[in-house]
Amino acid sequence: MTAVSVERGVEALRQQVDASVASYMSSCIHCGLCAQACLFYTETGDPKYTPQRKLEPLYRVWKNDFTLLGRLASMAGLGCKITDEFLDEWEELIYDSCTLCGRCTMACPVGIDITAVVRKTREGMVASGHVPEGLIGAATRAVEGGGPMGDLLPALKAVIRRSEAATGIPVEVDKEGAEYMVILSAQETVGFPEIVEAYSKIFKQAGVTWTISTKAFEGTNVGIQIGSRDIARTLVQRVVDAAEELKVKAVIAPECGHAYTALRWEGPNLIGRTYEFDVVHITELVDQLIKEGRIKFKGKHKSKITYHDPCQTNRRGGMLNPPRAILAEISENLVEMEDAGLWNWCCGGGGGVGANERADELKTKVFMRKKRQLDGVKPDELVTSCANCRNIIEEALDHYEIDLPVLGLTEMVAEYMETDEIEEPAADKAVKGEDQ
Amino acid sequence: MANKPILKEVLRDRGVSRRGFMRYCATLTSLMALPAAMAPKVAQALEGAPRPSVIWLSFQECTGCTESITRSSAPSLEDLIFNAISLDYHHTLQAASGHAAEAAREAAMKAQDGKYLLIVDGSIPLGNPGYSTIAGISNEDMLRDAAKGAAAIIAVGSCAAYGGLPMADPNPTGAVSVSQIITDKPVVNIPGCPPIAAVMTGVLAHFLTFQGLPDLDELGRPVVFYGDTIHDRCYRRPFYNQGLFAKGFDDEGARKGWCLYELGCKGPVTRNACATIKWNGGVSFPIQSGHGCIGCSQPDFWDAGSLYTAVASPTADITPVAGMAAAAGVGAGVAVAALNAQSKKKTASESTPVTVQELGDKQ
Amino acid sequence: MTEPGMDLLMWARGTGFQIAIGVFLFGLVLRLIEIFALRRKADVAPPKGDAVSGGLRTIFTRFVPAPGFAALLPAQIIGGVIFHFGLLFIVFFFVPHIAVIKDTFGVSWPGISSAVINALTVLTVAILVVLLVVRLKHPVRRYLSDFQDYFIWALTVVPLVSGYMAFNAVGPYTIVLAIHVLSAELLIALIPFTRLTHAFTWVSSRYYNGAFAGRKGTMS
Repeated sequence: MTAVSVERGVEALRQQVDASVASYMSSCIHCGLCAQACLFYTETGDPKYTPQRKLEPLYRVWKNDFTLLGRLASMAGLGCKITDEFLDEWEELIYDSCTLCGRCTMACPVGIDITAVVRKTREGMVASGHVPEGLIGAATRAVEGGGPMGDLLPALKAVIRRSEAATGIPVEVDKEGAEYMVILSAQETVGFPEIVEAYSKIFKQAGVTWTISTKAFEGTNVGIQIGSRDIARTLVQRVVDAAEELKVKAVIAPECGHAYTALRWEGPNLIGRTYEFDVVHITELVDQLIKEGRIKFKGKHKSKITYHDPCQTNRRGGMLNPPRAILAEISENLVEMEDAGLWNWCCGGGGGVGANERADELKTKVFMRKKRQLDGVKPDELVTSCANCRNIIEEALDHYEIDLPVLGLTEMVAEYMETDEIEEPAADKAVKGEDQ
Repeated sequence: MANKPILKEVLRDRGVSRRGFMRYCATLTSLMALPAAMAPKVAQALEGAPRPSVIWLSFQECTGCTESITRSSAPSLEDLIFNAISLDYHHTLQAASGHAAEAAREAAMKAQDGKYLLIVDGSIPLGNPGYSTIAGISNEDMLRDAAKGAAAIIAVGSCAAYGGLPMADPNPTGAVSVSQIITDKPVVNIPGCPPIAAVMTGVLAHFLTFQGLPDLDELGRPVVFYGDTIHDRCYRRPFYNQGLFAKGFDDEGARKGWCLYELGCKGPVTRNACATIKWNGGVSFPIQSGHGCIGCSQPDFWDAGSLYTAVASPTADITPVAGMAAAAGVGAGVAVAALNAQSKKKTASESTPVTVQELGDKQ
Repeated sequence: MTEPGMDLLMWARGTGFQIAIGVFLFGLVLRLIEIFALRRKADVAPPKGDAVSGGLRTIFTRFVPAPGFAALLPAQIIGGVIFHFGLLFIVFFFVPHIAVIKDTFGVSWPGISSAVINALTVLTVAILVVLLVVRLKHPVRRYLSDFQDYFIWALTVVPLVSGYMAFNAVGPYTIVLAIHVLSAELLIALIPFTRLTHAFTWVSSRYYNGAFAGRKGTMS
């Protein structure tokens, strides 16, 4: 097996060129409007972060190898050069200063999906070995240890025990034939374990059967973040194998942006087939349960909240309405930040930036955009539905010494949901639950 | 020279009043774009001017230029001017013929050596001297001979000025213009097919008044008459500006007198005074009568595309070129697409999955 | 002896026009095949929305600038929009241009007042100048710009200025018209081989962008 090299990188990039890429590369007239859409430019003022620049590696490969003029130029030795130094220079642009948030894609007047091109370009960066150390570490841990933070099975077991103790609702692990299989984000397992309690309560109330596989409970897919189809495929395959073994109807993607993208949108293409199960995002499912009348609420959140749209589930994922439909049920004082919704700004740590320690300073700097958005509405609490956003935002709020609690949407649902337990003693309830 | 009466006497003999003469001078002054205050000077010069000897040579021509200058309603100002010169040789107009005529020309050339005006109409065939001869003398020889002693040479009409129709592709006689043969003397070109009579007489009047040639442009044309394009001075220009164009010779636009650009009017690229001086004593000019300018006073006008094609429209049929180009594009496109598909396939088959170990090793 | 510029004009109307159309068609067909023959892999993830309607939607919605951008970059956004529509009207609705199209392809449509086109040309050129200044001054645009960006700017401005001069009889008409026709031919011929290709690929790029989003049930 050959080591990673520029040649392998170029080969990987070559495989990423398709009609859409060729159309995009033929369209850019260097207008630079994308810069205004990118928080890495708006918050630093450094033109090198202009999203357009991030097209360059794939542009060179396309031009050299997929156009007549480029082929002729290459034959004459006048082709665009792709060297280690060039890729080194671009590594920062492709990883440290892009969260794949998709705003540039929305802003480009000629319609270039810059985000998709950056995602594709990461394939070449991986194959040529131009990847930040932090992501390599996370990827290695994910492939070899089960998750980006290593093997979290013991931690998961502890989380499940705590949830069962707190709610009195048992969590059935590895249960074949359950309707849903839950996967979690490593951030949730480690940082926001209350989510399992929320799942228990909501599904119990709604009469939904669910399980967690001990073989594949990790939703985080570092392969998508680092931009390697090969690594991503390995990680997706684990979930697919487990879900198909347990014959579940659907896998619930967690409150984690790219986990949804990885399983819902990229996964089938990575393994080359559709799954034998559906993929549904937890927010989407909760919204559906509310609409079906299977969960009801006993009151509303009173304090002033605002909702941060996670880029991958919202703009890039298609979950435009469910979060606000849910919030309308459980909150009476929702204020919207400027640009909320389809055009919301990224927390600054998506797309693998959060796992890339080298980008910490930049990540913190560009959070200023979110800070200004928050300053504009001055909420009492911030709600979001992505564990990574939540983590990044909490860290940044700490850094800027802002006292603003960050809540998870699903946990809020569990909190305001009307439960049958109010009438019944907890112990009876637990027994009854087991009988079902 | 002593036997030639001056213009003042000729006019008096012909019963032209002083008032009429002054009006003529004023008109000439204005035609030549001189300040109005110059009119008395023009009159003074013309009155005192001796009648210069003029030798008019006609080569490959149609006599249209002579027609133009003589066919004006009598008694015209042009007519007056022609009475102000001594036309010693003009084989269409003179009474003499044969040896007598040639003798008259030779006599004038000798007597007025260095003083006579040489007017030429028609182009000169260089392909074969036999194509056009007068009294056995080739046009070229006669021109060179007559030009030697001329005080000034005026090439009248597009043929003499630029070769004209005889020179039109494929130019069977090898026709050339006067200025292509006579290169050691200034030649005044008065192009047009035919030129406007008043322009011809205006140049003569200038010569008589100032004893010299008017300002000429780079094509040897008097700037006063050829400084503007027909389009610049056209009364239909406002329609062009408004985008109102006749699409046919009998449509609504044509009846309303809209711009004839789309019907091939060459006004925009034609320099002449038709739109201001007009024809037939100022009655009309082609555009006024409903037909676009054909650009007859321009060099090579006959080869400048169809008379009925707009001046910026393509002159060539692009269908075969377009067909070939598109076919070549398909060919090249398919070839590149095949190469692209091949290289993608090759790359895909050769590539091996990237492992985290490899990434770790790189670090 | 010919009128200055006449030879050039005649060449431009004949051989030059043939070369320009030939190069343009060759290049356009080549480029379009080159792009679309690369195809796309079929997406096997079950769709959540409709790709086609999403793609068509984005083709049109992208005419509207991103929210807030017009206030942030008025010269670029508003100027850019006016410039493109100005160019469209000047090229396709100036009556003498329609005459060229009619004489070439046999199709024609009604034009608009030349006086309006004339004013539009002044506006369009003025905007091009503003856009050039923006390109030279704005940190991002200056950073992104290379030789070709300035070259295609010039390629676009010369036909506009020479066209204006020809219409308003500024300068020697024949020469000006020849320059106008030649520069327009150069512009046409180079469309497939420069960033001007976006005159065609904006449709497909927007479509792809919108289709990817539409398939995922989102909007772009």
